[in-house]
Amino acid sequence: MPDLIEKKKTEAVAVSAPEKPEKARSLGSDAWQELRRNPVFLLSAALILLLIVITIAPGLFTSVDPRAGDLRNHYLSKPSYGHLFQDDWFGYDGQGRSIYARVIYGARASIIVGTCVTAAVTVFGGLLGMLAGYFGGWVDTLLSRITDIFFGIPLLLGALVVLNAFTARTVWSVVFALVALGWTQMARVMRGSVITVKQADYVTAARALGAGTPRILFKHILPNAVAPVIVVATIALGGYIATEATLSFLGIGLQDPTISWGIDINSAQNVIRTAPHVLFFPAGMLSLTVLAFIMLGDAVRDALDPKLR
Amino acid sequence: MTTVMEKKTETGRLVPGTPLLEVRDLHVEFKTRDGIAKAVNGVNYSVAAGETLAVLGESGSGKSVTAQTIMGILDMPPGRVASGEILFRGQDMLKMSGEERRQIRGQKIAMIFQDALSSLNPVLSVGYQLGEMFRVHRGASRKEAKAKAIELMDRVRIPAAAQRVGDYPHQFSGGMRQRIMIAMALALEPDLIIADEPTTALDVTVQAQVMDLLAELQAEYHMGLILITHDLGVVADVADKIAVMYAGRIVETAPVHQLYANPAHPYTKGLLRSIPRLDQKGEELYAIKGLPPNLLKVPAGCAFNPRCDAATDLCRTETPALHQVMDKDGAELAGRRSACHLWKETLHG
Amino acid sequence: MGRFVARRLLQMIPVFLGTTALIFFMVHVLPGDPVAAMWGDKAADPAQLAAKRHQLGLDQPLLQQYVTYMGHLLTGDFGTTMGQRKVIDVISAAMPVTVRLTLMAFGVEVVFGVLIGLFAGLRRGKAFDKGTLVITLLLISIPVPVLGFLFQTVFADQLKLVTPTVQDSMNFGQLLLPAVVLGSLSLAYVARLTRTSIVENVRADYMRTAVAKGLPRRRVIGTHLLRNSMIPVITFLGTDLGALMGGAIVTESIFNVKGVGNAMYHAINQSDGATVSGFVAVLVLVFLAASLIVDLLYAVLDPRIRYA
Repeated sequence: MPDLIEKKKTEAVAVSAPEKPEKARSLGSDAWQELRRNPVFLLSAALILLLIVITIAPGLFTSVDPRAGDLRNHYLSKPSYGHLFQDDWFGYDGQGRSIYARVIYGARASIIVGTCVTAAVTVFGGLLGMLAGYFGGWVDTLLSRITDIFFGIPLLLGALVVLNAFTARTVWSVVFALVALGWTQMARVMRGSVITVKQADYVTAARALGAGTPRILFKHILPNAVAPVIVVATIALGGYIATEATLSFLGIGLQDPTISWGIDINSAQNVIRTAPHVLFFPAGMLSLTVLAFIMLGDAVRDALDPKLR
Repeated sequence: MTTVMEKKTETGRLVPGTPLLEVRDLHVEFKTRDGIAKAVNGVNYSVAAGETLAVLGESGSGKSVTAQTIMGILDMPPGRVASGEILFRGQDMLKMSGEERRQIRGQKIAMIFQDALSSLNPVLSVGYQLGEMFRVHRGASRKEAKAKAIELMDRVRIPAAAQRVGDYPHQFSGGMRQRIMIAMALALEPDLIIADEPTTALDVTVQAQVMDLLAELQAEYHMGLILITHDLGVVADVADKIAVMYAGRIVETAPVHQLYANPAHPYTKGLLRSIPRLDQKGEELYAIKGLPPNLLKVPAGCAFNPRCDAATDLCRTETPALHQVMDKDGAELAGRRSACHLWKETLHG
Repeated sequence: MGRFVARRLLQMIPVFLGTTALIFFMVHVLPGDPVAAMWGDKAADPAQLAAKRHQLGLDQPLLQQYVTYMGHLLTGDFGTTMGQRKVIDVISAAMPVTVRLTLMAFGVEVVFGVLIGLFAGLRRGKAFDKGTLVITLLLISIPVPVLGFLFQTVFADQLKLVTPTVQDSMNFGQLLLPAVVLGSLSLAYVARLTRTSIVENVRADYMRTAVAKGLPRRRVIGTHLLRNSMIPVITFLGTDLGALMGGAIVTESIFNVKGVGNAMYHAINQSDGATVSGFVAVLVLVFLAASLIVDLLYAVLDPRIRYA
């Protein structure tokens, strides 16, 4: 009898063997191998790394105070671009402030809002989604209805109302508004993913072997359900940065003295015909930043979802 | 239309024995990242009206690829017909235009797939999918098509056909879905049906019902039937002749009962020995050693030699031809061929 | 189908109640004092503040405030602007423009997004597909305000094809550029989503069946492939209407379209919070109704949902 079982086992291996000649690796390390060879990933990762350095130490890139304006430097009296990496590199704005310095310092608000909102919605939304998906029944019904209610308010519109309540708005009020309304997407993705994984045989097996609920959730389900959430989160990060800029552009996001590309785009809009560079540089940096995160998300998705490869 | 009428009897049925399809020296390749995989290497077979040919083989033996090539539904690229002919009533389909081939698909040659749930469109009602055949090929109106669909569902014995015609595939059981697949293939009364593992996805009890239905309808219409399967059990009752495929080649052909009684190829022999039998209870079940070959590097000589107990040096160097098989007295056995250097020893030893 | 519609409508009731309660909560309970905000930076007389609070009913218990608020919503009373106009009047004057703009943007996004996605998906890996992926990636990365100014500069200032701002807000031709700007982000999403969906479905077994049935290519793609591939796209379109309404605020202000978005933009700039909240409440109701319609459409397309 043991012989028979042994033989069956080798047969089962034999069926799948010809397709995978090398030893099977985990999805994570497989994805990493794929990513390392992807030029899109390398490019976006390099850009994001640079942005993070700028966020942490803007002083490395410019020694000028981005808030100090000198009307002698007004854009009408200065060329729209100057010396490489100098303070007049991108020219000056209507208050005579160095656009280069403002573009460098403006990265901080975008990066902080993007990363903090993404981290918070992933943890909070992911947790709720996981509980709803795993427990099902009334827990799922309740959590899903709550998600539906929040989902009924479009992100930008809802953020307008939330931010209305703050008279002095900082980076953290914007983060709060976006998290309060943005977590539903992650909760939905996580719930769907957990429901799929929950039905897998290895989860049943773990339960049959007597594993407790927390162990099943965090050891068996979470690692296997997290991939789609990571993909959505990376792409959403770019979206949150764009939303912050849009809110600031509308005048209900960040406020002076915080430096934000969105605010600068807003104040540049009246002069775009006389001095397009005042709009061009903050708008360009904003687009480049969003692009970097969306490209990263794209590359991660391609690596984690072999089906589309 | 007139040519079709000529070859049918007064009742509109085909005359049994009319040659329908002949595959000649077919070679099909797939371009992959690691090289060219030769999926089909010189396959020959033929089917006549009223005849059932069973094509037997493991996955990767080229049985399904051959069928898809006949049907013209091979994914190209990566697939490619390297050489060969597929004659349908004497005309080479590989030389036809896309439109000519489309007119043959569904009307003259129809196909039944393995997994009816995924092979039926999930968002269209079964009535629509059945009626579509009549609307596209016969110009029927919506109403006529629906009536025809109900008629077809009745014919494959789906209970309460008129009520269920608007239902969707996921609302039917596995066996019922496969009946709908059969009804769809049967819709325009084709000359030839290719059934690719039609019962593999079904419960054992349902398998027999579906197989019986298929055999019965084939007999009624005198169609040719190519039955592709890896299951020797399915074949025995319905097939007239069998072609066994291995690594893209036919290794043995024989009338069904002769093959069961007395195989002339070690691979066939191994397959028959690995069927569990009640009278062998307690004994260890036989399994052919080793793995099916990688199509990127098929072994030299006979492709089966690394797994064969009787392999000689000749088997490792020279690819065997498909020999005519003879009985002990040297008389040719009709329809029996074997691609084994040692067919005599295998058959008589 | 009838049972499905009824069930869906019933499910809508708690969502509607919950969402309105949420807006109420955001407006009245969040930190910050809407009454104090009315005086802006000036310090206001406490007696004046109390009087204003009483006038607005803000000194009532929360639950009563909510009931009053719901009563107002249901009777179409969304508050008063700083200029003493009724919010509902401002909205009904501006709504036709915004509806027209949004529908045009929606049309652009659906028609071009699906077509581009379809062709890219069918030609996977070819030049058109790669070009689509790059261009849509760029479109997604450019935030709406930037894209608005970009299009304004290129099409109006440089090419002189259109006027930079809209003179007549109901003029179809003049609304075209703002509509394209508004719809372009979603267009890129729809194109990518359609492409992915087509790529996945084109290899499905039922597609092989459709070819084996001898159907013409047009029918194989039009009836069998497209219908299945549209299901995820429809889901996206349902939630996307909300994004379009948010985007309309930006687009309308850039192109000076006299719609709800523009009115909202001015209310924001005047720190007229009550009006902004009133507008949002209306738009959210419109959005909920629109997603209900999309949901029903979804059920028409996918029978598996209907009978689930």
